[in-house]
Amino acid sequence: MNPVNYLYLAALLFAIGATGVLIRRNVIVVFMCVELMLNACNLAFVAFARLHGNLDGQIIAFFTMVVAAAEVVVGLAIIVSLFRSRHSASVDDASLMKL
Amino acid sequence: MTALAAYTTSTGEAVQFWVLATVAVIGALCTILMRKAVHSALCLAGTMIILAVFYLANGAYFLGIVQIVVYTGAIMMLFLFVVMLVGVTAADSLKETIKGQRWLAALCGFGFAILLFAGIGNASLKDFNGLAKANEGGNVEGLASLIFTKYVFAFEITGALLITATVGAMVLTHRERTERAKTQRERAEERVREGKHLPPLPAPGVYARHNAVDIAGLLPDGTPSELTVNQTLRERGQIRDVSSEALNDLRALEQRAADRLERPGSVRPDTGRSGEGDSGSDPVAAAAGEQTEEASK
Amino acid sequence: MIALLVAAPLLGAAVLLCGGRRLDRVGHWLGTALAAVSFVIGLVLFTDMLGKGAEDRTLNQHLFSWIPVEGFQADVAFQLDQLSVTFVLLISGVGTLIHLYSIGYMEHDERRRRFFGYLNLFLAAMLLLVLADNYLLLYVGWEGVGLASYLLIGFWQHKPSAATAAKKAFLVNRVGDMGLSIAIMLMFTTFGTFAFGDVLEATGETGEGKLTAIGLMLLLAACGKSAQVPLQSWLGDAMEGPTPVSALIHAATMVTAGVYLIVRSGEIFNAAPDAQLAVTVVGAVTLLFGAIVGCAKDDIKKALAGSTMSQIGYMILAAGLGPIGYVFAIMHLVTHGFFKAGLFLGAGSVMHGMNDEVDMRKYGGLRKYMPVTFVTFGLGYLAIIGFPGLSGFFSKDKIIEAAFAKGGTEGWILGSVALLGAAITAYYMTRVMIMTFFGEKRWEPDAEGKQPHPHESPKSMTIPMILLAVGSVCAGGFFSIGDRFMHWLEPVTHHDHGDSPLSAATVTGATMVVLVIGVTLAWLQYGRRPVPSVAPRGSLLTRAARRDLLQDDFNHVVLVRGGEHLTRSLVYVDHTLVDGVVNGTAASVGGLSGRLRKLQNGFARSYAVSMFGGVAVLIAATLLMRAV
Repeated sequence: MNPVNYLYLAALLFAIGATGVLIRRNVIVVFMCVELMLNACNLAFVAFARLHGNLDGQIIAFFTMVVAAAEVVVGLAIIVSLFRSRHSASVDDASLMKL
Repeated sequence: MTALAAYTTSTGEAVQFWVLATVAVIGALCTILMRKAVHSALCLAGTMIILAVFYLANGAYFLGIVQIVVYTGAIMMLFLFVVMLVGVTAADSLKETIKGQRWLAALCGFGFAILLFAGIGNASLKDFNGLAKANEGGNVEGLASLIFTKYVFAFEITGALLITATVGAMVLTHRERTERAKTQRERAEERVREGKHLPPLPAPGVYARHNAVDIAGLLPDGTPSELTVNQTLRERGQIRDVSSEALNDLRALEQRAADRLERPGSVRPDTGRSGEGDSGSDPVAAAAGEQTEEASK
Repeated sequence: MIALLVAAPLLGAAVLLCGGRRLDRVGHWLGTALAAVSFVIGLVLFTDMLGKGAEDRTLNQHLFSWIPVEGFQADVAFQLDQLSVTFVLLISGVGTLIHLYSIGYMEHDERRRRFFGYLNLFLAAMLLLVLADNYLLLYVGWEGVGLASYLLIGFWQHKPSAATAAKKAFLVNRVGDMGLSIAIMLMFTTFGTFAFGDVLEATGETGEGKLTAIGLMLLLAACGKSAQVPLQSWLGDAMEGPTPVSALIHAATMVTAGVYLIVRSGEIFNAAPDAQLAVTVVGAVTLLFGAIVGCAKDDIKKALAGSTMSQIGYMILAAGLGPIGYVFAIMHLVTHGFFKAGLFLGAGSVMHGMNDEVDMRKYGGLRKYMPVTFVTFGLGYLAIIGFPGLSGFFSKDKIIEAAFAKGGTEGWILGSVALLGAAITAYYMTRVMIMTFFGEKRWEPDAEGKQPHPHESPKSMTIPMILLAVGSVCAGGFFSIGDRFMHWLEPVTHHDHGDSPLSAATVTGATMVVLVIGVTLAWLQYGRRPVPSVAPRGSLLTRAARRDLLQDDFNHVVLVRGGEHLTRSLVYVDHTLVDGVVNGTAASVGGLSGRLRKLQNGFARSYAVSMFGGVAVLIAATLLMRAV
């Protein structure tokens, strides 16, 4: 098996995550899909690290994880406060961008 | 294994890849297709664990462990926690409200995947160097030496980012009390003014026989009172209705007492709790149950 | 010294108009005094001029540079020569007399102070007009007299007819003013200067076409100001103003500004025969037009207005004859200033005594009640019809002579028209005279039921009338005997005797004959038979003449209707074409936006799809570029 398959898998997961972001309305699930996309990227980074034979890709993946953790913290806090004020977890309910 | 890594992988890894990759894709699909957010979260956690295995297989031992500990252990639990907070039962209706959104999204996702595949396929990725050399002194040591030398600045910045995120989360979820808290007297007066449920709500359970919180208390006519049960249970529909059961038990007890005393028809309500519970098979009790039903109608 | 001529009445106007009610009691005396100051200064300058040789009588005074721009030099500078000083004396002299007359005439008017302010303003503007040494400054005076005329015609603005008449005069004058401003612009582009001296010197080197254009524009200006056909319609209505105004502005001075302009620009017309011909035609047509209108009017002032129009027609005709006629145009202008002012003042006096009645059919037999007015009016009448020995005789006779002297067919036609005009003049003036002063009384009570009690006017009114009557009697003879006036003006206007096919005596004889015919006809019609106090229906011509020969109807049909139709069609074009384009653009943009708006549904997911799609397209493009 060629390790390139890891990249294909990463691409597939990324596309699935992106599609999920677009079709789901529950903001938490949308957020999960974003995480899925991030993980797909991480997989690609790790595969690239193997491909290039150095550890930089893993470092980037590591940073991605840290940033993702920070993002989740803030994002979930936003979701909670949004839910408190609107009593809804639907993305579509926050459609005030149109008159 | 390390030598082989340059061009191809071992058969074991291939088998592992194909099996786990299938599971990972299914998990991902389930993540976006499950109706309940909890299920989505669980599926995502599964996918992430599989990804952790892949990290390990790719020589990223540290990352694989971190993936399990941080992602599935911390982040996904945070997700579940928020799901619980927001409402675990709030299942998404999967009916699409924006016209054409689903098809457009699917088309975009599919097209995007095709494009990525094409990109990867076009790239000349024949030479895999493998991590044998990089991992010579140990994967963790290798990472550490990079983080604290080449990437030390980014590392520090990341620390600052984490602190900021923590503070931000606290600020976002913290609610400042803007008005004075109401005193007990004021709250009492308010309730009297609103005029509903002045006394405490009735306790669940019947005749102290069933004292679990999911069992409604019975009214004098034998019907259960919804008020006696916690609102959350009520909304979930998890109330156990034991009204007929209790009456049947009572009848059975009386029947037995009558049999023993050879004195038919006498009712002794103060007989106390029935220890012996083989009542369901009694035909008389069934008949009595029917009578009770008619009476309640 | 020359500036003082203008400054005195200007000061009067400023003081009277800004001074407020405190000046109500002395304002009229102040105004009259300042007019008299102007006259005295004019006299001093005149005597001063008499003491000099004929060639260096021109006085120049440069006051200040008005618009000093590179290549465009406009100065406030005055030029006093024989022509100007003649006008100065006429204007300030007659003006002073009329100021004096107005003291009595306007005695009962609450706004007398303002009236004198306007009169002074008029004097200042008129003096500025005749004293200016360049066309631009002349234009200032020209507009100034227009303004004063507007204010004075509409002086009784509470009467709608007066307000309308003022507006009409102003508007019609605008047409003429436009001609003058275009003429000035043409002069600037042609000669690069406005000064009389420079412009007139440069005419010799300029093409005839341009000069003709300038001449025609100047003629248009003269038509507007002097009420010549086709811009004559305002003068009759202008009689709504107080009578002294009619006498000063609309008989003696302002309406003659056109004649002044043409004579002043004589060099231009001399070099442009076509323009000159146009001038004579306008003069001849107006001469007959005014005379016919004068015959039909029953309103004494309007009859006199028709006469004014006709007499100015004579002057314009004379001015159009070129060097043969300039002198006579000015001479007739001066004598006309005397007798027409006198006639108007007489008419005012009659109205004063008859409760402001203007219909001559309700006069009659007034000679016994108003002897002074009768005598002065009568002298003016004799002067205007050209009774031998009186001033009109000398000046009008010369014009007729000059018309014949033009030579050729033109000369014959113009001469005959002038002769015919003289006959009609005799006719309508006799008619006025008979209807007013002779015959039986046809007095009727006025609207408030007051029976008129005709009486002689106060001294302040009669003295000017007497003085003007003296002028009407003597001026002509004084000017003509020994050709005094001709020699006086010759350095400015030059003179050419022409080549008359008829001898002077023949012309004079013919004039006398037509005079007698006219008077006799009028006497037969009005003197022998009683005058009906309601106007008979009359012939077609009479009816047309009563309506000012349909001039207003003509203007209405041609200008107003035409303008309306033009406006309507423009509005239609605006509504359909312009608005259509604008609204169509707006509607299509609106419709397009309405459709595009639906893309903006406010759902974040929708936007995310488009972003994602955009990224996909970008990647595809990148890949394709790579592949290629």
